[in-house]
Amino acid sequence: MKVLMKGNEAIGEAAIRAGCRCFFGYPITPQTELPEYLAKRLPEAGGVFLQAESEIAAINMVYGAAGAGARVMTSSSSPGISLKLEGISYLAASELPCVIVNIMRGGPGLGGIQPSQSDYFQATKGGGHGDYRMIVLAPASVQELADLTAEAFELADKYRNPVMLLGDGILGQMMEAVSFRPRTALPAQDKTWATTGCRGRARNVINSLYLDPEKLERHNRHLQEKFRQMAENEVRSETYRTEDAEIVVVAFGTAARIARTAVDSARMQGIRAGLVRPVTLWPFPDQAIKSVLASCRALLTVEMNAGQMVEDVRLAVAGARPVHFYGRTGGMVPSATEILREIQNIAGVAYGASVS
Amino acid sequence: MQQEVIVAGFGGQGVLLTGQLLAYAGLLEGKHVAWIPSYGPEMRGGTANCSVIISDQNIGSPLVEEPGAVLVFNQPSLEKFAKRVRSGGILLINSSIVTGEVKRQDIQVYRVPASQIAAQLGNDRVANMVLLGAYLELTGAVSTESVLKALAKVLSKGKSGLLEINRKAAEMGALAVRRSAAAEA
Repeated sequence: MKVLMKGNEAIGEAAIRAGCRCFFGYPITPQTELPEYLAKRLPEAGGVFLQAESEIAAINMVYGAAGAGARVMTSSSSPGISLKLEGISYLAASELPCVIVNIMRGGPGLGGIQPSQSDYFQATKGGGHGDYRMIVLAPASVQELADLTAEAFELADKYRNPVMLLGDGILGQMMEAVSFRPRTALPAQDKTWATTGCRGRARNVINSLYLDPEKLERHNRHLQEKFRQMAENEVRSETYRTEDAEIVVVAFGTAARIARTAVDSARMQGIRAGLVRPVTLWPFPDQAIKSVLASCRALLTVEMNAGQMVEDVRLAVAGARPVHFYGRTGGMVPSATEILREIQNIAGVAYGASVS
Repeated sequence: MQQEVIVAGFGGQGVLLTGQLLAYAGLLEGKHVAWIPSYGPEMRGGTANCSVIISDQNIGSPLVEEPGAVLVFNQPSLEKFAKRVRSGGILLINSSIVTGEVKRQDIQVYRVPASQIAAQLGNDRVANMVLLGAYLELTGAVSTESVLKALAKVLSKGKSGLLEINRKAAEMGALAVRRSAAAEA
């Protein structure tokens, strides 16, 4: 059955259905409906909702709960995520599964509260210190927020690693129809590494401190092998009308939704446009982009930032085609009309060139 | 078919709820819907608005650039949104509160004394439903029945008595624009 829900609330409901029973967070616009929803629903489901004294406290509570084997989540928006980064590095180093939600707002600094995608670098390129990676999922609808929330918990457990769900203020605030598909959660007893009391078994240690550099390098090699497996197995993307596309737009999240409308408009004008939408931002879908190059003359990356994912698109394209960029910043959102104009310019329509 | 509408007014006038009822009704009719509220450092009495898309197809951009219809409940919203209505589109104004002029000739402007009609019905808080009823009469975006079904789901148990006055409000709104259309013809 489909219900009408705000994106933020849908994440909360999906988390509970995925077996999440612990949430630690601190309010910040535009994601506060998520903790608000869980404050009501988690106690009903027998879980723990705790509004921490700060984002830093919250992420370290996540560390504790994850170490004890709980399915646990925290959420925030851009400046709050910056505060959590030290903890995220510790979680990755200690191989603790958890889900971190970032409903992005305009930055840098305290910035504003309107939607943005300007934390792409932070999410995909480390953010915190040290050599670590985490899977970054970028939903583009309320339904996908729910689906990817459930998947995020599974991926976190599968790799014993933090997973980030990266949305923006529009996705968090908007209401769309959503249905919650039943999923099976890994039972907690499979987490044989968790610190649950060691009577009757050897002691489990959860730690990120290795003062012996040889041991720390060994630990790093182990982590890197795990990140390599994630990169190999967990790439997700979607293509739209790319089969014969001359101009391929690359966009994620809300920007991808708007770009899809622009692609349809371009097609109506006879411009063969298409869209590649990365669903995982890390690992980045290089292959999906390479696979559209045959028919493609040029690419256009559209983001709600000053140009971040465009660097990964250029790496994937490796100079084979020109990669253009269009972005809005500070909480401003590109319109379908603006994106269409960019597509037209690249297609040469503005200069009267043929695009048949 | 894709209906794109903006509902705008003061916080507390039921602006966001009106949009939600429209979206919910669309969902009940098996359509694709998206509802986006304005959100910001806003307060009671400040301005609020939301956009709604109801479509037979998957919705691409959930944002409304040029609405086919705008429902206006206060003066600042008239100034802000009258210029954004798509050419040939509909501007519905609660004329009990909003008296400003509309200079555009390329859109259909309907002035409905929604607050006055609501007060005559005995509850001035159903002014939003009067204007929504007028909108549904003009566009047939969804049926009034679906909106009332959605309202029944939203209302808490103790308040189901409010359904009847909301139905009347929607009917009065529809009647008001039927009359004004007849007067023009």
